[in-house]
Amino acid sequence: MPVDTKAVGKTYTPVLYAVGREKIKEYARAVGETNPIHLDVDAARAAGYADVVAPPMFAVVYSAPSVGPPIFDPEIGLNFAMMVHGGQVFEWGPPVVAGDEITTATSVKDISERDGRGYYTFESISTNQRGEQVCRGTWTNIVRGV
Amino acid sequence: MSSERSQIPSDPGASIPELRVTPDKFVTMRYAGASGDFNPIHIDDEFARSVGLPGRILHGLWTMAQVARAQTEAAGGPEHLKRLSVQFRGMGLPEQEIVVSGTVREANGSRIVIDTVAEQGGNQIIRNAEAEIEP
Repeated sequence: MPVDTKAVGKTYTPVLYAVGREKIKEYARAVGETNPIHLDVDAARAAGYADVVAPPMFAVVYSAPSVGPPIFDPEIGLNFAMMVHGGQVFEWGPPVVAGDEITTATSVKDISERDGRGYYTFESISTNQRGEQVCRGTWTNIVRGV
Repeated sequence: MSSERSQIPSDPGASIPELRVTPDKFVTMRYAGASGDFNPIHIDDEFARSVGLPGRILHGLWTMAQVARAQTEAAGGPEHLKRLSVQFRGMGLPEQEIVVSGTVREANGSRIVIDTVAEQGGNQIIRNAEAEIEP
């Protein structure tokens, strides 16, 4: 059965994420960060930041709530049970610190098929409270046996 | 706002310092809580085996975070990492050492492009990864 491509270009309601200091610290510890600017507010301030700094890959945390809905959108019909995360790209702008409010908007960038696999690519654009783009994510999910 | 000295070379073919990390037995539980990804293949051995996996597997995005950390630690801070692109292949397992290595491909204006890979037990679990650093 060919993949259904009619949802390409579809956009979803943006999602707001309020970045918390303890959440950054929890994430930083889970991925093994040792740089004190991620873990200690005094060290972050001494380095010139307003608060603890999110590691770049914290983008996963603030953008995931926006990337979830298309995965489960019936109009896309992605077979979640057969899905694997095939590839990921992040491009970062200014750093994110605790206290920031990040709004992420996700769209369907591409849906295609080759060799019996479906490729579903979503793009997330994350913007801080000053309107600066802090991250652009490209999420490629592969579904076997489409 | 950088406080540490960069260890990112700019000569093509030169290596960045290797990052070695052994994910402990419970790292997938902590990462699930930190990231919100509670897919049972990462936290429930029995479920993971029931779908043909050897046991709980690492979150790909946790492993990608190790690839990112190899760059930011070498570059002297997180603000230097401008872009990271990866492909996930195979699967990572707890309690086995992961080695992240990287080689400079080119210095492109103000950016250094690094080809990087994460290996575990001889398998590339992240491959064709490309990092862009602004020193």
